[in-house]
Amino acid sequence: MKRTILFLALIAAQPSLADSNLPPAYWSNRQLPDPRQEAQAEALMEQLRCLVCQGQSIADSDAELAGDMRDLVRRRIAAGEKPAAIRAWLIQRYGTWISYKPTSEPAAWPLWLAPLVLLLIGAWLIRRRIKLKATA
Amino acid sequence: MIAETGLAALWLAAGLAALQFLFMFVELRGSVALARPMRSIAVAQGLLTMIAFAMLLIVFARSDMSVKLVFENSSAVKPFVYKVAGAWGNHEGSMLMWVTILAAAGAFVALFSRRTSERTLVAALGAQAALALGFYAFLLIASNPFARLWPAPMDGQGLNPLLQDPGLAFHPPTLYLGYVGLSVAFSLAVGALLTGEVDSRLARAMRPWVLGAWILLTLGITAGSYWAYYELGWGGYWFWDPVENASLMPWLAATALLHSINVLAARGALKAWTMMLAVIAFSMSMVGTFLVRSGILTSVHAFAIDPQRGTFLLALLAIYVGAAFLLFAWRGATLKEGAPFELVSRESGLVVNNLLLSVVLGVVFVGTLYPLFVEAVSGEKLSVGAPYFNAVAGPLALVLAALVGIGPLLAWRRKGRPIVKQLQVPALLGIVALVITIIISPAMHILPRLGFMVGTYLLAASILPLLRRNPLRAPLATWGMVVAHFGIAVALLGMAANAAFTSERLAVARPGEILTVGPWQVQLQEVTPTAGKNWTAVEAELHASRGSGVVTLKPQSRYFTDPPTETSESAIRTFWNGQLYTVVGKPDPSGGWQLRLWWKPFVTLIWAGGALIALGGALAMLGRLWPILRRRESAADWRRQRYA
Amino acid sequence: MSRAIRFAPIILLLLVIVALVWRLATPADTDVHSTLRGKPTPAFALPAILPNKPPLTSADLATGQPRLLNIFASWCVPCVGEVKVLQQLKNRGVIIDGIAVRDRPDDLMDFLARNGDPYERIGSDRQSQVQIDLGSSGVPESFVIDGHGVIRYQHIGAIEPEDVSLILSKLEQAK
Repeated sequence: MKRTILFLALIAAQPSLADSNLPPAYWSNRQLPDPRQEAQAEALMEQLRCLVCQGQSIADSDAELAGDMRDLVRRRIAAGEKPAAIRAWLIQRYGTWISYKPTSEPAAWPLWLAPLVLLLIGAWLIRRRIKLKATA
Repeated sequence: MIAETGLAALWLAAGLAALQFLFMFVELRGSVALARPMRSIAVAQGLLTMIAFAMLLIVFARSDMSVKLVFENSSAVKPFVYKVAGAWGNHEGSMLMWVTILAAAGAFVALFSRRTSERTLVAALGAQAALALGFYAFLLIASNPFARLWPAPMDGQGLNPLLQDPGLAFHPPTLYLGYVGLSVAFSLAVGALLTGEVDSRLARAMRPWVLGAWILLTLGITAGSYWAYYELGWGGYWFWDPVENASLMPWLAATALLHSINVLAARGALKAWTMMLAVIAFSMSMVGTFLVRSGILTSVHAFAIDPQRGTFLLALLAIYVGAAFLLFAWRGATLKEGAPFELVSRESGLVVNNLLLSVVLGVVFVGTLYPLFVEAVSGEKLSVGAPYFNAVAGPLALVLAALVGIGPLLAWRRKGRPIVKQLQVPALLGIVALVITIIISPAMHILPRLGFMVGTYLLAASILPLLRRNPLRAPLATWGMVVAHFGIAVALLGMAANAAFTSERLAVARPGEILTVGPWQVQLQEVTPTAGKNWTAVEAELHASRGSGVVTLKPQSRYFTDPPTETSESAIRTFWNGQLYTVVGKPDPSGGWQLRLWWKPFVTLIWAGGALIALGGALAMLGRLWPILRRRESAADWRRQRYA
Repeated sequence: MSRAIRFAPIILLLLVIVALVWRLATPADTDVHSTLRGKPTPAFALPAILPNKPPLTSADLATGQPRLLNIFASWCVPCVGEVKVLQQLKNRGVIIDGIAVRDRPDDLMDFLARNGDPYERIGSDRQSQVQIDLGSSGVPESFVIDGHGVIRYQHIGAIEPEDVSLILSKLEQAK
């Protein structure tokens, strides 16, 4: 009886028509048995952008496609592929947009230079505020 | 009728704001003293907008579906508290709350501000009115909250289920009070730039307003972070989402402003910095409002994707910030700075503090808008997210935290007592903490490791100012500073612990199976259907134990019908040394259920730290206001002061 | 304070405003496009999902004639309307292959029975693997693939009646 109610609740509650009827992929919500590999996979997942979400990584998204991508990442890491290679493979298909970690391409250099430049500008602005040389 | 009353009140308030603005010109151009009428008009304006807001709350409380906004954002089945809180859970309602706070802040300034000259006060009130005018126009022309719907539908479209949470009742109002409270600093700065009276008097007048806004902003951000943590179901508490950044930037500016004001008040120095920070703080608030409501940046927080409204807000932003910056450029030459500061002195410490906070602010600003710039220039789309911000803001924050331990020990104008000696114990404790982390967790990332070291050091160092004297005789303002800085250390330690020691377990379990997460054994008992007022759910019953005693947790996966959405309601249990965070997901074809379990040691320190920071601010504010409140001996005294 | 410092803020503001105005004027394209345009289709081999429909491999896409690859699913709402437009294209001689993403045979059979079947081949992509391999980010999407198996054009979203001439011209160009 309980199972029927559960089943009915699940059917009646079919939330959105944008979800498939298949369950999530095997590795989308399971951890790899090797903790080191799982840590690698998780670190990579936090850097990959969810394709169908409003600015989330695939690591904390409930979207199905994000789940399938987590499955992809875990399977490949379990097979021995390096995280950088997987990221590059995805960038090959979706562009740099999919990587939250800015790549080393020229378009991203200003981002890395920004803190340094801002510090220098700030230091220059305050150069006269602080007495660096002791006056007589 | 009620909605129309609200609308009428809003129009009247707008009219008064126009009058207020006009009066400012009359006073500044001529030599008519208009302080008394200005104060009255400002108070009336504040009262009228509060009436308008109250009317909105009433129509929401009654679920009056003939008001379009209520129809679009509410439904009769909602619990009462969300009916009312839903008034600000949408664009128009929250904009009205924004404007109400703006006008009310002006009213309070008119009532209580006594330290500035009357001319500066009039100028400031005029600036505040100018700000209000633009936003009244925006509300009345482009975002009328009181628009009617004929014929009135039977029921509404409901409130987004993610918003049906106590967080909605607390987070936006607090945040807005903070954001918009900063407008007072903006107006006072603009007023002082107009009248040329940028001095320590102005700083002392601005301080309570900045403190108050900053305290509320701290609380608002902390509450928002905790809300996201338990609501989104993955254990994250900060995502560097553009809207989150939009709330962090005013906070950073306000923190720098708070410290800069102290220098201006004590030494009459850093005039330009302080005025600029006051302008930037509220400008960041306006930028935030623009970002959330224009739809130009993708964010889970985005209210409405409406480029037309976005254009209006951008125009307001351009006018207000542009005018303030032009004023600064024009009057900046008259801001004479004094002699440079001694290298090792509190002033210098505060200057470096300002510098670092401004750099963090700049980095967050650049990072948030960079994808836009790149796309405008080259058409390329790139993403900037947590990996970038953590890598850049993290080290800067650590350096800042280290300096926070040193600054309060420095004396004004000179070095004071030898600080290196005082810091020996905290530094030693920091190193001990570092060594311990190396021993118990050799593979820890460098950032959390340094976080432990700096956090421990700061925990000890922040107390030092109290130890130099009898703590019980120390001024309340000093206690405030100590508690706030201590709070920073606590939050830092919480973040480090969360990053380094969180145990995660994602698995599929059948009823009866036991999963291990950290020191816990968690057994899935059963999964049952359940329902609430406007939702149905599956609820998992988990029994968790780590040796002695069993704890029960019941996470749910909820389905709302109105609008149709799915949310996960995590079940969290807090212990002295951490939180057990559990989520139930979808059923698995193997017959089990997806479970997500986390053991997060000391994660609550993050928000406890935030609360302490706010508490410290409150103590400091009390410390400064108490003597004033006590001095109001007689009513005659008070009236004499007021109309002198 | 030097003039440079005093006027720097307003200049920076101007830059930011210009960027924001640009963004408001040219709304962001929120679609994620595949970067495989001009590149050969990645090698894949998808099993059949229906007994009477041949499966789909990447080799089947390089037959010497341009083909339309349609990524769809029975649970995808806009796909229902798109099938009719695909039928129109088929009537004009376009060869259409389908990849059914995360779909079940019964659901797909019902879907095709109800809405029509313009597909020559249908491959079953139960875990979106080939979808990801192609750089596609949702359903429905369509790719114009030339006779050598090179991806020439990506159409995101359902093909509407007004897009028919565009798709036909892309197929022409792919010859």
